Amino acid sequence: MHNFNYHHAADIADAALKLKVTVEPKLLAGGMTLLPTLKNRLAQPSDLIDLAKIDGLKGISVEGKEVVVKAMTTHAVVAASTDVRKAIPALADLADGIGDPAVRHRGTIGGSVANSDPAADYPAGVLGLDAVVETNERKINADDFFTGLFETALKPGEIITAVRFKIPDRAHYMKFRHPASGYAVVGVMVAQYGAKVRVAVTGAGPNAFRVRAMEDALEKSFAPASVANIKIPAGDLLGDIHCSAEYRAHLVNVYARRCVEALVK
Amino acid sequence: MLPAAVSSVDALKADSPKVWPEFGTNEVVHWEYGEAAKVETLLRSAHRVVKVDLVNNRIAPAPMEPRVVAAKYDAAEGRLTVWSPTQGGRRIQMMLARTLLKMAPDKVRVISIDTGGGFGVRSKMFPETAMVAYAARQLGRPVKWLGDRAETFVSDYHGRDQINHAQMGLDRDGKAFVLKVETLLNVGAYLSENGLRLPMEGGGRIIPCGYHIPDFYFSVKPTFTNTVCTDTYRGAGRPEANYLMERLMDKAAETYGLPREEIRRRNFIKPSQFPYKTHLGFVIDSGDFAGTMEMALEHSNWAAFEERRGRSAARGKLRGIGLAFFIEGAGSRPVEGMRVRFEDNGDVSVIAGTYSHGQGHATVYSQLVHEFLGVDYDKVRLINGDTGTSPEVSNGTFGSRSSMVGGGGVKRACDAIIVKGKKIAARLLQSDATRVTFEAGVFRAQTSSVTMADVAAAARDPNKLPDGMAPGLDEYVVYENDTENFPNGAHVAEIEVDPETGVVEILNYVAVDDCGVVLNPFIVHGQIYGGIAQGIGQALTENIVYDAEGQLLSGTFMDYGMPRAGHFSHIDARFNAMPAKTNELGVKGAGEAGCCGAPPAIVSAVVDALGSYGIKHIDMPLSPERVWRAIQESRVNKAA
Ligand SMILES: Cc1cc2nc3c(=O)[nH]c(=O)nc-3n(C[C@H](O)[C@H](O)[C@H](O)COP(=O)(O)OP(=O)(O)OC[C@H]3O[C@@H](n4cnc5c(N)ncnc54)[C@H](O)[C@@H]3O)c2cc1C
Repeated sequence: MHNFNYHHAADIADAALKLKVTVEPKLLAGGMTLLPTLKNRLAQPSDLIDLAKIDGLKGISVEGKEVVVKAMTTHAVVAASTDVRKAIPALADLADGIGDPAVRHRGTIGGSVANSDPAADYPAGVLGLDAVVETNERKINADDFFTGLFETALKPGEIITAVRFKIPDRAHYMKFRHPASGYAVVGVMVAQYGAKVRVAVTGAGPNAFRVRAMEDALEKSFAPASVANIKIPAGDLLGDIHCSAEYRAHLVNVYARRCVEALVK
Repeated sequence: MLPAAVSSVDALKADSPKVWPEFGTNEVVHWEYGEAAKVETLLRSAHRVVKVDLVNNRIAPAPMEPRVVAAKYDAAEGRLTVWSPTQGGRRIQMMLARTLLKMAPDKVRVISIDTGGGFGVRSKMFPETAMVAYAARQLGRPVKWLGDRAETFVSDYHGRDQINHAQMGLDRDGKAFVLKVETLLNVGAYLSENGLRLPMEGGGRIIPCGYHIPDFYFSVKPTFTNTVCTDTYRGAGRPEANYLMERLMDKAAETYGLPREEIRRRNFIKPSQFPYKTHLGFVIDSGDFAGTMEMALEHSNWAAFEERRGRSAARGKLRGIGLAFFIEGAGSRPVEGMRVRFEDNGDVSVIAGTYSHGQGHATVYSQLVHEFLGVDYDKVRLINGDTGTSPEVSNGTFGSRSSMVGGGGVKRACDAIIVKGKKIAARLLQSDATRVTFEAGVFRAQTSSVTMADVAAAARDPNKLPDGMAPGLDEYVVYENDTENFPNGAHVAEIEVDPETGVVEILNYVAVDDCGVVLNPFIVHGQIYGGIAQGIGQALTENIVYDAEGQLLSGTFMDYGMPRAGHFSHIDARFNAMPAKTNELGVKGAGEAGCCGAPPAIVSAVVDALGSYGIKHIDMPLSPERVWRAIQESRVNKAA
C-alpha cells in the first residue's frame, strides 16, 4: 500500500470541499473494494476522505412511491429493513445476497453504485427499479448512470448521497453466483410498473444494462413464455475462466424467465 | 515474451519450447513397469477393452495461512532459531544445517507452532526458509518474511496435474485381467522434492486399487513445463490412481450393461487373497472390499434410487448417483521416534517425532497413554514441533502415518514402561516381577498393590530400584515397521444437475471407510470430512489455470474456486473396520481417504445424471459451464 492522507469528513459540504482541495482524493465508504485495491497498489490516491462519520448519509425511508436509501447505508441494513422488505422485497433479497456477512456489514450502496463493478448486484436493482441516483450536485436517472466497465456518469468530486428506488407493483431478483468469487455472473431484476416492465441485467456485460426486447415482450404478455425464446447476443458480454460470454448470454435468458416464473407463481 | 510450454501434452510436442534447452526435451524421464508387448497381446485377446482419457486437474493446496518464516541468530552462541509452519521440522533443520548453511545441526533449531493444515505442501523446504535463515545469520538481526495469498498461488507447489490414458481388458464375464496405464505428469519448471515420484511411488503402489488384475503395464512421463512445480498434495498420487481405476470400472459397467456395483463385485480382491501383493510389491494385509461397498450401497439406499430420480425429474432436475471404491497407502517411511516421559508433577509427556498440525494428536496420544498406563487423560501432555525438544528421530506428519508410527510408538514405549515398572513394583511389593500384574494403572502382587505414580516416583530413587537398574521410568523408542497400511473405502454421492445451468448440487454423501481400528471416531470423522471436502473441491470447483503464455489466471480466491460449506451436503461417514494385521494397534491411516473417494464418486454421479444425454464423461472440475456445454454438445450430436 502506498502512503496517503486520511480525513474524516464532518458533513457532505466538508467532504466536497476536501475533494476539491486535495491533489488526488478518493472517497472511502465501506472500503470493501477500495482497500483491496490500495493493498494491491492498483490505485494511489493522495487523500482518503472517509464518509463514515456523516450521519446524514445513513438511513432508509419510504417517501410516497419511493424507497430512499442513503449512500452510506450498508447492505446488511437494507437486507434487514422491514420497510424495504415490505415495499420492495426484491431489493431486500438483492442486498441479502451480496457477498458474505462481513462484506454486507461494511459495504455500502453508495460505494457499490459508484464503483459500477460489472459483477455487482446493486446496479441491476438501480436500473431495474428505475432509480434515481442523487448526488451533492444533481439527480441522475438510472438509465444514464452506468456508462461502462467501472464507469459511471459521476463527475470528479461528485458524491452520491442517496439512491431513490421506485416501488414496483412486483419485482424479483435472481443471481447466478460466480463459482469462485460468489459475485453475480448474471443477475436479473424484473420489475413491473403498471403496463411497463423493466428487465435489468448485471454481471453479464461491462456494466448493467436493460434488455428491451424482453421488456417489450413482457409488456405484451407477462408470462415466462414471453421471454423464453429471447436470446441476447454474446458478442458484447464478458467472459472469464469460469463463465464464457456465450454461457452468460444463455444464463440471462434462463434467469429472466425464472424471475417471471417466480412472479406469476 | 519468451515462449512457454504450459501443459504436459503440449510440452512433449517436438516444436514445443524447451524449459531446459540444454536437455533438448521436456521429458524428464520415461518410467515403465511391466511388459509392454505382453500387455498389448493380452489386450488384443480380451473380450472387451475399455478405455479412458482423463485430465486430473491441477489444484492449489491453499492452506489457510500463507507461507511464513522468522529467524533469529545468536552470534555469541552461534545458534540459529527458525520459526516456520512445517510438517516436519527435523528435515528442515538438517537441510538448513548440513546442506545450505553448513552449520552443526545442534546449532540450528526449527520451531513449528499452531500450523493450520499442511496438506503436503508444508512438508517441503521452500527457498525463503533458507534465505531468511541466511539473512538472519548475516545481519545478526531477527528477520521475518510473510507471504501473501497471491504469492501462495504463484509459488506454493501445486497438486495433481496428470493426464491419464488407461485401457483395461476384460473377459466374457466382465472380469478384468489386463491393465495398461499411460501417465503424463506435469512437474512444472523444476524438480520438486517428491513431485516426480508421485505417479509411480504414490499411485502405482496401489494400482489396480482393490481389484485383482494380474497383468499391468505402466508408463509414466514426467514433463517439464513453464509452471510452478507440482508435489505432494493430500493423497499424493493415490487420488489420481483411484480416479482412473474407477472411471475404467464405470466404463466397463456401461460396456457390459452391468450395474456399476456388479462390475466391481466381480473384480475385487477377495478376503481369501490376503495378504495380497500389489504389482509394485506392496502387501495389502486385510480388507473387506465387497463388504465395504455393500455397506455404502445400503446406507445410501442405492437400490431405491430410481424412485428418487423420478421425483427430481418431476421438478425438472436430473438426479444421479455415483459410486467409488478406493484404496489408499498410509504410513509411508514407517520409522519414527517417540518418547514417554514422567514429569515431577505427575504429568506424563509424550514427546513425539510426529507433528500434529490439525490432526488432534494430543487427544489421541493422551487417550492411548491413559489406556496403556492408566494415567489420567488430563495429565498427559504432547510435546512436538520443536527440534530443540523433539526426539532424535523425528520425521513429522505426512502420508496418513501418525496413527501407525506415532500411536505404535506410544504403544511400544508404554509396553517397555510396564515391563520395567513390574520390576520396580516387585521390589516395592516384595514380590517377584513375574508374579506382578498390571492393569488400569495398578501393579498388583497377591493382595498388595502400587500405582503407576508410585512406581514412577520410586523409579527416581536409586535406593528403591532393583540392583543395576538405571533410574527413571521414561522410555524412548524408535518405531519401525516394514510395511505401511492400506485403508480403503466405498463412497456414494447423490447429486442433482440443473440441466438449464449445469449447476451440480450434492444431495447426499455416504462414506464407508476401513481405517482399521478407529482410535477416536470423532477425530477420524474429521479427517474423512476434510478429505472429502478437498475431493469435492477438485471434482467441482478447483482448477489452476495458466494461459498459453504461462500466466496464472487463477491466482486469487476471486478466480480460484475454493469450495464453500454450501457446496457440500451432509456427509454420512461410517466405518467397516478391518484391523490391520501388520501393526500392533491395527490402525490404518485416515487423512487422505476422502480425497481419493470423492472425485470418482462425484463424477460417476454426474455422468449418471446425464445418462439420458448419452454423456459418458466430463473432465474435472465439473463446473456449471462444463456440464452445460456437455449437454449442449450432446444435443447437437443427437440432432446430427
Ligand atoms: C469478498 C467480497 C465479496 C463481495 N461480493 C459481492 C457481491 O456478491 N455482490 C456485490 O454486489 N458486491 C460484492 N462485493 C462488493 C461490496 O458489496 C461493496 O459494495 C463494494 O465493495 C463497494 O462498497 P464500499 O462501501 O465498500 O465502497 P468502497 O470500497 O469504500 O468504495 C468503492 C468506490 O466507490 C467510491 N465511493 C464510495 N462511496 C461513494 C459515494 N458516496 N459517492 C461517490 N463515490 C463513492 C470510492 O471512492 C471507491 O472508488 C464484495 C466485496 C468483497 C470484499
